[in-house]
Amino acid sequence: MAFLFYMLSAIMIISALFVVFSKNPVDSVIYLIICFIGMAGQYILLNAQFLAVVHVIVYTGAIMVLFLFVIMLLNLNKEIIVRKSKVTRISAVITGGIFFLVMVAATRQVIEIHPRYPFSGTVGLVSEVGKTLFHEFLLPFEISSVLFISAMIGAVMFGKKDEVKNFKS
Amino acid sequence: MDWTMYIYKTIFLVIILLVTLLVAMYSTYGERKVAAFMQDRLGPNRAGIFGLLQPIADGIKMFMKEEIIPLSANKKMFILGPSIAMTTALLTGVVIPWGGTLTIFGHEFPMQIADLNIGILYVFAMVSIGVYGIMLGGWASNNKYALLGSIRAASQMISYELAMGMSIIALILTTGTLSLHEIVDQQQGMHWNVFYQPLGFLIFIICAFAETNRAPFDLPECETELIGGYHTEYSSMKLGFYLFAEYVNMFISSAVIVTLYFGGYHMPFIDHIGLSGNVATLLGTFFFFIKVFFMIFLFMWVRWTLPRFRYDQLMNLGWKGLMPLAIFNILATGVFYYFTELT
Repeated sequence: MAFLFYMLSAIMIISALFVVFSKNPVDSVIYLIICFIGMAGQYILLNAQFLAVVHVIVYTGAIMVLFLFVIMLLNLNKEIIVRKSKVTRISAVITGGIFFLVMVAATRQVIEIHPRYPFSGTVGLVSEVGKTLFHEFLLPFEISSVLFISAMIGAVMFGKKDEVKNFKS
Repeated sequence: MDWTMYIYKTIFLVIILLVTLLVAMYSTYGERKVAAFMQDRLGPNRAGIFGLLQPIADGIKMFMKEEIIPLSANKKMFILGPSIAMTTALLTGVVIPWGGTLTIFGHEFPMQIADLNIGILYVFAMVSIGVYGIMLGGWASNNKYALLGSIRAASQMISYELAMGMSIIALILTTGTLSLHEIVDQQQGMHWNVFYQPLGFLIFIICAFAETNRAPFDLPECETELIGGYHTEYSSMKLGFYLFAEYVNMFISSAVIVTLYFGGYHMPFIDHIGLSGNVATLLGTFFFFIKVFFMIFLFMWVRWTLPRFRYDQLMNLGWKGLMPLAIFNILATGVFYYFTELT
């Protein structure tokens, strides 16, 4: 188990690095997909099979396809190195450094989180996830679904062709 | 799991792989024979008796052809495309229950490689990864027709995946489980899900046609508009992989349809014949394959009967026809179970 964990982690970290460093955007997308599949593997190690498969379906199967769509249609496959101005680059380095510092500081002092439920073999199965979502967290669940619907309607509104209505002021 | 189980699973895995490839191989032959029959021709009849060696001749031809990678193509992605298409097509067979349980020397061997408790979703995951094979292949060819084909394929698969998932939700409401093994076990004795979910079955099979890019939904490779679609630039065995992956997908989706809606390896009246365990299991597997072959025949029948959709018709059918129907199906099923199970 530990071996699998380290192997998946190594795959994830290496592919994540390649996402950043590869110059071709399509390559980056492929490495991100590999990273996501590794993450699904981690979920399976935690016995959360449902989460793992949903992760693969949603992130790998839908969202990354849309990424690839955009890259293909915009023809971003040329290996462009974008030259930014000096100010942008320096400020980017400073911001990144500060963010890194915050992350390190946050993980240095580990606080043990007491989960609401003790970990057991059935914690990630569909029935358990469903019961928890629809009993205890029903309200947040429904509110987030409303949020999703409004986001979808918003996307449709943006995508609609402009029926020009000139409001004469 | 002890060591015998590991060895058995490995052997079974290889057998399933070979059977899948063999069935896919002879599906190409079957397709040409069915097409010939529908069009009042003879079909392949030169290689071997009734042309039975034709698939082997075709395979050798594919291997012998010159392999060309276009100069302007992205070489890595060009090779990756057909590999992904073939791999994901073959991976789906892992969760399908091919038969009951064999008992050899007191050990029980289930004829299923992995009984995941999320079996259906695993199939969906593999299908959704399979899109990449076509998309990458079409894009990497650096050819307008190939790109158009791959974009069509991707949009078609995403659109029909939605309706397919919704039809499955209604099925899950009736079965109460995501495990393919349990779904099959519930259908024992002609309690086939197709009788409980006829509308869901109809939506599912239409979406299966679209997901496998078969006619009348074969727009990604429609010859009259796009030359060859996403595999225009491919030659040799890489083209073979794409064409072959389609047949593997057809076989696997037939198996999934039979598992979900037609009782899997259960055959009617098996309890009345009074056979011993192992013989009954093998007979069940045999019956499973008969059902699957009928499904494959249905795929071919539809292909050689119906004309191809236009692109806007395809999208209208997916989003305005099948989606609302699937949602209605979920609602109807939910209401039915709410009122029948309260009593």
